[in-house]
Amino acid sequence: MASDTLEQYFSYPLNPHALLRKKKALRRELSKRPDLAEKRVAMLGGSTTAEIRDMLELFLLHAGIRPVFYESEYNRYYEEVMFPENGLREFDPEIISIHTTSANILQFPSVSDTAETVDGLFSGVMNRFTDVWNRIEQEYGCPVIQNNFELPHYRLLGNLDAYDIHGRTAFINQLNHRFAEEARRRRNLFLNDINYLAAWFGLERWHDRLFWYSYKYAMNYEAIPLLADSIASIIKGIYGRTKKCLVLDLDNTLWGGVIGDDGLQGIRIGKETPEAEAYTEFQQFLKELKERGILLAVCSKNDEENAREGFTHPDMVLSLGDFAAFAANWQPKHENIRSIASTLNIGIDSLVFADDNPAEREIVRAQAPSVTVPELGCDVTKYIAILDRTGLFESVSVNADDLERNRFYTGNADRAREQEQYASYDDFLRSLDMVAEIAPFSSIYLDRIAQLTNKTNQFNLTTKRYTLPEMQAMMDDKRYITLYGRLNDRFGENGLISVMAGTIKGVELHIDLWLMSCRVLKRGMEAAMLDRLVSKAKEQGLSGIVGYYYPTAKNSMVRELFFDMGFSRIDIPEVDGTVWHLDISGNYSNKNLFIKVKP
Amino acid sequence: MTTEEILGRMTDVFRDVLDNDAIELSRETTANDIEEWDSLAHINIIVAIEQEFSLRFDLIDIKPLRNIGEFVDLIERKTS
Repeated sequence: MASDTLEQYFSYPLNPHALLRKKKALRRELSKRPDLAEKRVAMLGGSTTAEIRDMLELFLLHAGIRPVFYESEYNRYYEEVMFPENGLREFDPEIISIHTTSANILQFPSVSDTAETVDGLFSGVMNRFTDVWNRIEQEYGCPVIQNNFELPHYRLLGNLDAYDIHGRTAFINQLNHRFAEEARRRRNLFLNDINYLAAWFGLERWHDRLFWYSYKYAMNYEAIPLLADSIASIIKGIYGRTKKCLVLDLDNTLWGGVIGDDGLQGIRIGKETPEAEAYTEFQQFLKELKERGILLAVCSKNDEENAREGFTHPDMVLSLGDFAAFAANWQPKHENIRSIASTLNIGIDSLVFADDNPAEREIVRAQAPSVTVPELGCDVTKYIAILDRTGLFESVSVNADDLERNRFYTGNADRAREQEQYASYDDFLRSLDMVAEIAPFSSIYLDRIAQLTNKTNQFNLTTKRYTLPEMQAMMDDKRYITLYGRLNDRFGENGLISVMAGTIKGVELHIDLWLMSCRVLKRGMEAAMLDRLVSKAKEQGLSGIVGYYYPTAKNSMVRELFFDMGFSRIDIPEVDGTVWHLDISGNYSNKNLFIKVKP
Repeated sequence: MTTEEILGRMTDVFRDVLDNDAIELSRETTANDIEEWDSLAHINIIVAIEQEFSLRFDLIDIKPLRNIGEFVDLIERKTS
């Protein structure tokens, strides 16, 4: 199977029938990919999960994750967790996905029940799940992906079912409300919103009773690929494998018409016509995406002057300042997309490309297969639904850095302009008035530390990934030295952009993690981080630091980092990479020259 | 649709679902003759056949079928 044929099975909108029919061949092809990260995933079901497991495997393989599964016996999700000697403990899951549905609500209220009885039933269901989550928290501390509940397949009370205390609809809505509260409160509980998914799919189709009676699947078979994709999106979010940037065409994508032909007065945007209104709403959607931390870029075949003129239209929602990169020229789009990725210092596989022109989509798919290209079509009224349903930008939390991200990148463009005015790069760095805060991991930053650790690919010496609880454990354990780094300069904040962690073994510190966001490359921050690590190690009486570089497809930029920082190479044959040593028993002179580090 | 046509398109479905291009179906073929044809694969086959022939089986239809011949007859009945 050629790679572009393979990709078409995973392009949006998904084709459930094709995925189900070609499942085995797809699995065979995807398994051949290099650099698959293995993850142990336990699927605990309240109904049959075999096909969900198979489909989830495809979506995870496609995202570069090779799942190893543990599957509970039919409807044994509760027992598996409460009595883990059955095998779950030995499996030692890294992710637990609990596939329950409304079919697992053992007892709904009946119309003759008193209010107290209904409350009792409600607590009964809630306790069953909170018991499970609490036990998992104590026993494994790993992320839990929990389905909420889809609406019932019949309504005994009709419309009243939604608000009478005896209604199943009301009961389910109340459970979903409480599940959401629990997920907000528990750091490791992630809801898979099957209530939304079932509604989107169509409740009547979702409740396929034939498949329930015949095979105990709690949903239509065609919905299973969509359900699996939804779980995979959460897992990708947990491991920081979500997309970072949406690259947009202009003519007939952001506005109606062709700016070069129709002129500023001729393009359709605003409130004057239905078409103009649709483009306006699409731009509002994009603006919201940008505000929650997705970078926007323009890639358009246009004269740059015309393209920029488009944004002077009084009804334009997006402005030039909303784009982190802007490429309007006559070069092939895949070439522009590559240069956008390198300008922004992000991997090309974290880009999504949206264009109304099927020929441009095809060429980008063929020439830059790691870019995700949804089948956008050319009907503006469908653009939002198509991009939204892909789940490509799904993240498991929204943190302060997400909200600031666009500002960081826009600041970078200002810094780049300024750089041209200085005689030397050193002069430029001095002029930035950089101030860093470098300190051990702390709870308030832990979300961001885990997020950065799990998504940084380029400036990353070891590319080790950790879950939030693992990072928490490292933070609390005296055998580790941990550091995060934040950097500000006169253009503004860069946020938390670097992480280091090492294990103390004897008189040496072994570096487990050293990574940095590419938005602060070549600023000397790595030297400031190392200086602080050395001083922490000296405080503990250590005499040496051992560094590891594990090569991946993406981290060649740091291959010589340890050498540049004065480490000497030592050969350890069984290590799959290079190992380095720095003697700190004598005087260590700080390597950082340009950044003022807060004490 | 002739029996041969149905059998041909069923063979395509079986080859795709079971990922084995060597599969040849005849009226006499049973699940015992094809190693990959297990209970999970059987559901995928049912779903893929429904899609291939644009039909829906009901509860009575999907009672155990003894061989491919019975399957072909069922499809013939459903599509006629």
